[in-house]
Amino acid sequence: MNKARKVTLIAAVVAALATAAVAAAGTNLSLVGYSTPKTVMGRIIQAWQQTPDGQGVSFNQSYGASTDQARAVAQGLKADIVFLSTGDDVNLLVDQGLVDAKWNRQSYDGIAADTVVVFAVRDGNPKHIKGWNDLIKPGVQVVTPNPFSSGSAKWNVLAAYGAQRRLGKSDKQATAYVKTLFQHVVSQDTSGRNATNTFLSGKGDVLLTYESEALAARQNGQNIQYVIPRQTMLIELPIAVLKSSPNKDVANKFIRFVKGSTAQDLFGQYGFRPVDKKIAAKYADKFPGRPGIFKIDDKYLGGWRNADKVWFDPSKGRMVKIEQAVGGPSSG
Amino acid sequence: MRRLGLRSVAIVYLLAVLLGPLAMVFYRAFENGLQPLWQSLTDPNTIHAFELTLEITAIAVPINTVFGVVCALTIVRQRFPGAGIVNAIVDLPLALSPVVVGLMLFLLYGRTGWFGTWFSDHGMQILFATPAMVIATIFVSLPFVAREVVPTLREIGDEQEQAAHTLGASGWQTFWRVTLPSIRWAVIYGVVLTTARCLGEYGAVAVVSGHIEGKTETATLRVQDYYENFNSTGAYGIAIVLAALSVLVLIAMTLLKPKETA
Amino acid sequence: MTTFLSIVVLLPIAALIWTSGKHGWAEFWSTVTAPEAVAALKLTLGAAVVVSAVNAVLGTITAWVLVRDDFPGKSLMNAVIDLPFALPTIVGGLTLLALYGPKSPVGVNIAFTRTAIVLALLFETLPFVVRTVQPVLHELDRETEEAARSLGAREARVFRSIVLPNILPGILSGVALAFARAVGEIGSIVLISGNLPFKTEVAAVFVFNHIQSGDENGAAAVAVVMLGIAFLLLLAIGGLRFLATRHERNA
Repeated sequence: MNKARKVTLIAAVVAALATAAVAAAGTNLSLVGYSTPKTVMGRIIQAWQQTPDGQGVSFNQSYGASTDQARAVAQGLKADIVFLSTGDDVNLLVDQGLVDAKWNRQSYDGIAADTVVVFAVRDGNPKHIKGWNDLIKPGVQVVTPNPFSSGSAKWNVLAAYGAQRRLGKSDKQATAYVKTLFQHVVSQDTSGRNATNTFLSGKGDVLLTYESEALAARQNGQNIQYVIPRQTMLIELPIAVLKSSPNKDVANKFIRFVKGSTAQDLFGQYGFRPVDKKIAAKYADKFPGRPGIFKIDDKYLGGWRNADKVWFDPSKGRMVKIEQAVGGPSSG
Repeated sequence: MRRLGLRSVAIVYLLAVLLGPLAMVFYRAFENGLQPLWQSLTDPNTIHAFELTLEITAIAVPINTVFGVVCALTIVRQRFPGAGIVNAIVDLPLALSPVVVGLMLFLLYGRTGWFGTWFSDHGMQILFATPAMVIATIFVSLPFVAREVVPTLREIGDEQEQAAHTLGASGWQTFWRVTLPSIRWAVIYGVVLTTARCLGEYGAVAVVSGHIEGKTETATLRVQDYYENFNSTGAYGIAIVLAALSVLVLIAMTLLKPKETA
Repeated sequence: MTTFLSIVVLLPIAALIWTSGKHGWAEFWSTVTAPEAVAALKLTLGAAVVVSAVNAVLGTITAWVLVRDDFPGKSLMNAVIDLPFALPTIVGGLTLLALYGPKSPVGVNIAFTRTAIVLALLFETLPFVVRTVQPVLHELDRETEEAARSLGAREARVFRSIVLPNILPGILSGVALAFARAVGEIGSIVLISGNLPFKTEVAAVFVFNHIQSGDENGAAAVAVVMLGIAFLLLLAIGGLRFLATRHERNA
């Protein structure tokens, strides 16, 4: 073996040993999350690491568009815990045999925190956008992510449809509304966070996003206002453990912590609606209620399995037809 | 008069497209003061990102250097059918999008790829971990040493090597004592270009990395992470560190460049 | 060496070509002619053409100024040309955002537009034509030019009839390299263009997005087209190199 090859081999061995050494020290949990909760999860992890359960546990975190992240996990992205933005994306992992089918029988139905669909608008709301019908007024430009890659976008679509149904429109009329809405859409980024950045860069009149994201942008000094429409959807953010995780016990302890009062309070501070009712009451002023809030299990939506089949099936879903009609992306 | 006109066109073009924007980066990095900049740059995940970039570069550069020299010797000194094809294959990474490189690795090492779960069954993670990023970086920085050494080897001819051979020198001795010294500067220049390419790689590693903070984020991916998380100071901060490294590379390139373009 | 090359380069290419073709030609064709794919390819090729044309002109002018002109700061200018080679592409994109993005000090905000794509590509391909034309200009024998001038030919004529034919192979190979780079570029585009499908989504971003969304077939189809374009350009560059050296041998 010539000298150069020997050197390369030694270098490779050293690198491998170094990586192994780092990996061996202490328990390590891999958290795969959707695109926006990095800041709050960072704080929750820090808080947990102060507790006896969390001492010495290190975390690897990856954040990105919810559906894309779920697919990445299915493709081999290492994960002990997933914190995604729709139950639909967790179901994707259930179908791959990676998450237990009974994940939503855990406390709070497997949900870590809530938020709602809001309209983020420019300072002063120059186009006077208050409700869903304002979005389809002539000249209004809407920003939303791509429903085939982003969880946020799925919530937007279902909220738009559901709001119309609850206002008395038929299935056909409500679907036609969603199509008209997408004719006003000027941008479909891959993730909720990317859509936020697009809107903040000056594109569009209104951004359909999470309330938590609008608050996060504000907290980061961005000049953004938001409107909660009367009819809106409660966004339930699921957290689940992976069946293949070698650290299931530790992971479950972390998830319990996420649903406990310390973490729930942190969620409240960072703009998320706590699932813990007592803590939620504390933040009642920050998170106004709305008479028309509905959930995914609403009769017009029928839960995630049904909504996925009807709207987001990659070949027969309604969004495929709508996107094709408006000239938008018909896949992620 | 016309000379002045052309000169102004060139200068304005460079200012508008190159130098103006670069100056702005420095301004933006320091815009909010030193504290936020320092905090972002010394964040443990950012430091890890720099370390990962250097680690990958430290593996890819020697491998591609050895390959480049061996390949150049084979193409120039050994007559074999298909030398032209080998040349084209080696040049391919110059013309091919890094994202396509990432996709190809996905199709090989993903769970539904050619190797399927073979690697993960044996406890090895390729995709979404450092190995895939190293392979990607090796691919995209493959051509540089070979491309610099081939013309030099062609130019200097093989008389000296033949002379050494007739004097009884072994193949290894000939290589080490005759060939290598004569291509020394071409190799060094190639190494500089390879290093720059490895430090700056984005597209291929973005596809295969999984964006795991503190684990599979290189410096370039960290820039994107900061930018997308409303931390523009951090993004511009890493950018100026990388820009400073690039300037060092640029200086090395200018000093070592083969004479005809000086 | 061949083993290394096969594992690192040929095996991945084989996997790509196989994946794109595994459902047959008809399926490949319908995937690659899907509206979003076509839009991405059209945008990419269009931008590459524009950028190559601009580089052909401005790159040649820059090379001319660097070789024939002399002024304080010329060597600095010469060194700086290589900066896009040395700078990471994502830094390139961020650089342009700093001056021409949302908080632009000169009031120019081109983020999320096609102009941004062209600008990013101009930045990244800046050195190519300059560096391929420079050595040729440097070597050019100026006697013929001087003769023509002394016979009364105007500068434009001298350039067109004498200089241009000689530097044309240099310009063309620079253009081919710039075109190849423009087709494949991602790092400098990803932050500044907004990646809006059908509006500012280039082929490389299309492939990226479709990989992430698990649509490997769609990604592979467009990727194979990009691979084909890369090969064609390499052939063109090789051919130009051959023509140029033959030109030298016959001169």
